[in-house]
Amino acid sequence: MVVAATSPAAAWIDAVWKALAAVTDPEIPVISVVELGIVRGVEWRADELIVTVTPTYSGCPATEMIAADIDRALAAIGIAKYRIETRLAPAWTTDWIDPAARGRLARFGITPPGARAPDQVRAIDVSALSRRRAEARVACPRCGSSRTRELSRFGSTPCKAQYRCEDCLEPFDYFKPH
Amino acid sequence: MSSDRQLFDYLLRLADNALVLSQRLGEWVGHGPVLEEDIALTNVGLDLLGQARLWYAYAGEVEARFASAGRGEDALAFLRDSGEFRNLLLVERPNGNYADTMARQFYFDQWHRLLLAALAQSRDARIAEIAAKSLKEVAYHLERSTDWIIRLGDGTEESHAKMQAAIDELWMYTGEMFDADETEIALAGERIGCDVRVLAEPWHSAVAGVLAEATLVMPTGTWMQGTKGHGGKQGVHSEELGRMLATMQTLQRSYPGAQW
Repeated sequence: MVVAATSPAAAWIDAVWKALAAVTDPEIPVISVVELGIVRGVEWRADELIVTVTPTYSGCPATEMIAADIDRALAAIGIAKYRIETRLAPAWTTDWIDPAARGRLARFGITPPGARAPDQVRAIDVSALSRRRAEARVACPRCGSSRTRELSRFGSTPCKAQYRCEDCLEPFDYFKPH
Repeated sequence: MSSDRQLFDYLLRLADNALVLSQRLGEWVGHGPVLEEDIALTNVGLDLLGQARLWYAYAGEVEARFASAGRGEDALAFLRDSGEFRNLLLVERPNGNYADTMARQFYFDQWHRLLLAALAQSRDARIAEIAAKSLKEVAYHLERSTDWIIRLGDGTEESHAKMQAAIDELWMYTGEMFDADETEIALAGERIGCDVRVLAEPWHSAVAGVLAEATLVMPTGTWMQGTKGHGGKQGVHSEELGRMLATMQTLQRSYPGAQW
């Protein structure tokens, strides 16, 4: 897609959002970086276009690849001068994942994230334990059964945990609430 | 009034804790007791490595205010010797067996979470945002290490004995976490840093609660509890850190400036 160089600045912003909507997560190709909630803003600063991105997990190895993919997408629509800025606050949360993308995650075999537990640090902190017990059951993305078991606190990427369904016996990834 | 040198030193402590523990966890790659644990340890290490990079980047910017140039994250991680590292003695302890690794993680995670929760309220906006980001990750680390303390402590006779031994062995290194030196007191006074002395009580309560559930006995030793200013935070380390750094830094030392 190439936008005429004479378009007004606002039209460019729309074109950039459309281009970013086509950039998918390198590990989860059914969700775009926009749907993932990590693109926090697109704006002109003088003659330079600034795309603001926030990391999911601070050590996620996909971060650099995502930046490179965004870079290519911006170059492809003919933006002359642009920069990708990182913003940490407010910290990314799975609450920002687009509801429309959640269904696609499930069809891809990843159970979308549930509600987050409160983050307060209590004076006597055995909360880690009670929170685990209170955690809602994670449904199997294939058969829908809620008879599932956590196999590993981490899965194939930092943002997921590994589960197994006790009914259909298939293993699956759970996108951890964060 | 605190100085930029003090702030730099303080940021190095935060960064070095995360980097050194990350490297220790990385040593488990390919040696985990089961595949899932191998993956989990390295993912925790990966979070810590990401956090270390954020702290180093800020530290380098602060250093540029008083030195001719601020060092980048690679120079800070790979080109300092052990005497220049500011991490807690606890995180440089060797991995030992799985109980040792998990006891070290549990003691640290409990403290790290309390510290980051306090720093998320820092008047320094950069510290506050890095802490708030890291806090979410560390809350999950704590759940995991807590699970293991209970699982091994309240497990078989052998796992119980090993976990109790690990908890006892590492106890003396926990005192340093609550010793505030001049740098920390100065920064805490300006609500930039955290006064770690106030973390002692909630940390002890939380650890006691988990150990009780794990049928383990809370250590009561007083050795190195309340020593003033002669530990990892001041650059006084055990020989173990030097060995670890020799492995971690060899590539950059042998091929300066090498990149992936």
